[in-house]
Amino acid sequence: MSDHNSASGHTSEQTPEHVSEHISSVGSSVTIWLALLAGTGITVAAAFINLGPFNTIVALTIATIKAMLVVLFFMHVKYTHEKMTGLVVASAIFWLFILLALSMADYTTRLWR
Amino acid sequence: MHTSQAAVDEHAHENPALLHHFATEEQQKNAASLGMWVFLAQEVMFFGGMFCAYLVYRYKYFADFGSASQQLDIRLGAINTVVLICSSLTVVLAVRAAQLGKRMALVFWLVATIFLGLVFLGIKADEYAEKFEKHHEKFENHHDPGASFSYHELLPSQEKLPEAERQYADPHHAEMYFSLYFAMTGMHALHMIIGVGLFGFLAYKAWRGKYGPDYYTPIENAGLYWHFVDIVWIYLFPLLYLIDRHR
Repeated sequence: MSDHNSASGHTSEQTPEHVSEHISSVGSSVTIWLALLAGTGITVAAAFINLGPFNTIVALTIATIKAMLVVLFFMHVKYTHEKMTGLVVASAIFWLFILLALSMADYTTRLWR
Repeated sequence: MHTSQAAVDEHAHENPALLHHFATEEQQKNAASLGMWVFLAQEVMFFGGMFCAYLVYRYKYFADFGSASQQLDIRLGAINTVVLICSSLTVVLAVRAAQLGKRMALVFWLVATIFLGLVFLGIKADEYAEKFEKHHEKFENHHDPGASFSYHELLPSQEKLPEAERQYADPHHAEMYFSLYFAMTGMHALHMIIGVGLFGFLAYKAWRGKYGPDYYTPIENAGLYWHFVDIVWIYLFPLLYLIDRHR
């Protein structure tokens, strides 16, 4: 462990933009963890309320918010300096969208079957 | 951080983890990280195929998927979600410990992650055992009352539906639900087993002092993998357990 590295380790929480590797603080990680637990509680509670078709929308919205918290903070995408990471994440979501949207566009419009 | 040439030369001799075909540690780290993200993008498509199959059949067999979904134990699913979220936090703390060069903290958080992963798999195995007991995995012999799942279990929730939807109740549709349930949660559990094995290997190497602030890429990439598996479950839990509960 060089002095250089340990110095950046200690100062990173004040000035994360000066280091290439983001070191998450315990406080912010625990905050995200609590938010994920709260999201789980809310989604379970909402499942027992009859909202009709909105049950699915509410559940998937909460799931997407939780997934975003994990990707941005736990997976450090928010702090990465590597722009390719964002491109790969966006591409993955876009391809998934193509897979789901075009498949459903087919299956939901086969009215003759 | 390591951009100045002097620092590069210094580190090239200092850090044994820097491979000769990379100019700098940062370049090596970025290449490994990008490779991991491309792998995860591929994993999104892999699970995406199963999510798409679920979507198509849920659209087609809407009423029976609702009835079949109510057979799952929402408490076990919720507990497992909490366990996985906690394991994601322990992974974050493990990566942090590696970045700060705290060897025993790193080993501790990796072992904690393995423990939580095993708790998840244990609960999942218990759910599977219950499903096998009730023969939810097999509907082919549903005329034989002893050997297979009783479709009458599905009827109480079917009775809440309008008459028109109820008449489509078909055990084979519920069978499709449980096939997808086993395929999706099974593939997710397989990823968990691989992750637990990976963290076991990393915990051993971390205990040997292999990782520190200069080199912790394997810890970080295994962490990315684990978080991805967590995200898959974040979607599986509402889709399989929750969204048809109100019916």
